[in-house]
Amino acid sequence: MRKLKTLFLTLALGGSLSVSSAYAETLKVAGPWEITGIEPAQTGYVFSRLQVAETLVTTDKQGGLVPGLAENWSVSDDGLAWTFTLRANAVFHDGTPVTAETAAASLKRALAGVGVLSQAPIAEIASDGSAVRIRLTKPFSALPAYLVHFSTIILAPSSFDGAGKITRIVGSGPYKVKSLMPPARLELEGSGNWWGGKPGIEEVSYLAVGQGETRALMAESGEADLVFSMLPVSVDRLKADPKLDVWIATIPRTRILKVNAASPFFDQVEERQAISAAIDRIGITKVILRNPDLAATQLFPPAMKGWNVSSVQPLERNVEKAKELLAAAGWMPGSDGILEKDGKRFSVTMLTYSSWPELPPIATALQAQLRQFGIDVRVSVGNSSEIPARHKDGTLEMGLISRLYSIVPDPVGTLLQDYGPGGSDWGSTGWDNKEMQDIVEKFAATSDANIRVPLQTRAVEILQQELPSIPVTWSELAIVSSKRITGVEVDPLEVNYGLSSIRWAE
Amino acid sequence: MKKFFFARLLQAAVVAIVVGALCFVLMRVLPGDAAMRIAAGRYGPDARIAEAAEKVRLELGLDRPIAVQFIDWLGSLARFDLGHSLVTGRAVAHELQVQLGASVWLAAAALLLSLLIGPIVGLFGGLKPGGVADRVGLMGAVTFRAIPPFVMGLILMLVFSRQLGWLPPAGFGSPREILLPALTLALGLAAMSSRVTRNAVAAVARAPYFAFARYKGLSEPVVVRRHGLRNAAIPVVSYLGLQAIYLIEGVVVVESLFAYPGIGHALVHAIVERDIPMVQGTALMMGLMFVAIGAAVDLVTLWLDPRMRRTA
Repeated sequence: MRKLKTLFLTLALGGSLSVSSAYAETLKVAGPWEITGIEPAQTGYVFSRLQVAETLVTTDKQGGLVPGLAENWSVSDDGLAWTFTLRANAVFHDGTPVTAETAAASLKRALAGVGVLSQAPIAEIASDGSAVRIRLTKPFSALPAYLVHFSTIILAPSSFDGAGKITRIVGSGPYKVKSLMPPARLELEGSGNWWGGKPGIEEVSYLAVGQGETRALMAESGEADLVFSMLPVSVDRLKADPKLDVWIATIPRTRILKVNAASPFFDQVEERQAISAAIDRIGITKVILRNPDLAATQLFPPAMKGWNVSSVQPLERNVEKAKELLAAAGWMPGSDGILEKDGKRFSVTMLTYSSWPELPPIATALQAQLRQFGIDVRVSVGNSSEIPARHKDGTLEMGLISRLYSIVPDPVGTLLQDYGPGGSDWGSTGWDNKEMQDIVEKFAATSDANIRVPLQTRAVEILQQELPSIPVTWSELAIVSSKRITGVEVDPLEVNYGLSSIRWAE
Repeated sequence: MKKFFFARLLQAAVVAIVVGALCFVLMRVLPGDAAMRIAAGRYGPDARIAEAAEKVRLELGLDRPIAVQFIDWLGSLARFDLGHSLVTGRAVAHELQVQLGASVWLAAAALLLSLLIGPIVGLFGGLKPGGVADRVGLMGAVTFRAIPPFVMGLILMLVFSRQLGWLPPAGFGSPREILLPALTLALGLAAMSSRVTRNAVAAVARAPYFAFARYKGLSEPVVVRRHGLRNAAIPVVSYLGLQAIYLIEGVVVVESLFAYPGIGHALVHAIVERDIPMVQGTALMMGLMFVAIGAAVDLVTLWLDPRMRRTA
């Protein structure tokens, strides 16, 4: 037994020594995303954020569109023909040049698959010399923003097998894949031939850590240099740690109550406004998110320039108004205190899901708050696909969801889906508003700021008045970095984490 | 011996078919649309799931009759082909090799650590029931058994990672990273196995042959070694077999707390995402491993207890 123990300890210590020396110069990154397969439409974001693969267009830290693999782009006068001219000096990790043909092939593959590109009015993608030409069926000014999406990363032909199935990621970014052990670990090294120069730190290892508390401990114990997505409860403790820096960015994600405006409970605008006035956003953000500034007084957070409109009446708790509105809509308290109308009790199911850990506690807080107004809510925590399924068959009553408005960096991409005819998985249900649909269509077609701004403002006003989705809270992203590194920048759109510009601190 | 192996092989074949059929039926009677679940698993909760689900349905042929799909699976199984995961697209055999492999390593490390603690504590307790060692052992066992694994894991992380900075709180691939999750599991296992050992040893220590060994003048260590260990080991080995099965099944909480890519974690994901080939492949491999562990326990017991060889 003693021999065994000695053997075990020797192995453990020997292993730890060799490991720590091999990893000494590696930038250790931890985040919550597991690498489920390498299909770009599924996990392209991992490779885009960690700078393995690049898109034609990318964003700067303010969310503006800037050149990626495409040096510049232009559109014809009729708005139907777009030309993206590629960089001459971009090279894939296998040494082959990034040509217009290979870029067009990646984009065609993205167009045929699941992903945002199929939602743009694209007629044809072709290559022409050093340019990719995209022909549209109708003018669509947001096209460059769609080419930021991770499903449109440009990969070398050697990434695919004969049948067109992806077998490995051969991109053009500053880092290439050294080893990939799905679902949890990805190791990268400098590619040596990136058009943007040499990365500050040559070796990067990424570890997927699902539990927020474990991620915090990774940062605190020095086992990770850069950790993404910290839980609100750990942020204060991490801020107090002298070895760590904490970065916080507001991200374009809003937690909303998706209500079925075709159901007898939410078909009148008064009912939706009453729900909005009944909920205590400050209380929820203070206790669950630990930051009262995240109370969503309108759909889009202040960081979304142009989409956050200061002239609209902010959504706030107003007990009297909520009661008046419910009474005006015909809901009167029954014998047990639950509201009733025409013999029907105000009793609804709120679906939510645990992909984001904060959703279930917010749902139960909303349940308790609405109960005070005589609204009986049953919270049901399931799989994220439950809400689209119930939206589709029309049986959804209420859902608490987390909606990202920067799936493409131009929120119009999301609005087109969410508030178009028939609504969508994560947008409105049973709410058809012709004015809203016209605005979004017009907005998508033009890039003229003089036309865009008034349309934008009107769209926000309609959403604020009609409340097809009731905003609850905005979101923020907390990142922790070790003081061992410098050059960390937070990308609120989470397109690219800029690892290549991180250096060891002197 | 031949009969023994033949019986086990037959058992393995029956397990394969029963497990396969059960998984197949159960996965299909679960509520919810499989294509939707698969789409959500693949493309995440920000995607347009309803639209993606239609493509998934076409791609995977989920509309085909259930009987056709089941015969398909049996046919592939006969060719030792477990198919491809519907979510990640990789071969199930490869996924199992990685994730079941990781779990086997974790289970082995945990079992080994628990063997260093449990049976030894139990041996001293059982030799003098009611003595100091027994009472301290009982107290320790109750405490470690009562603490849920995720709390135990967090405590160990706080001590060994945050305070002392010796071991990483998460990761996999080196002995350094396996120590904390293995210790978390081992403490819980040792709590139980120490009590099983203690009772087995106490029973042996009360036996007339044990007293006789003392009367004939053997020293205490010799008595224990010659007449105690082997007799007390039989129930302990059977119990360890059960613990091994419990470990390989995957200890989901511990795996996800330590970001350890084991099979329990993978299986939960596969079930939620309706990744049928993955669930079937995993259940099948686990079923076969249980048969193998059962067989190994029987063999060890047979070796420990010559009486059984005579009857067998």
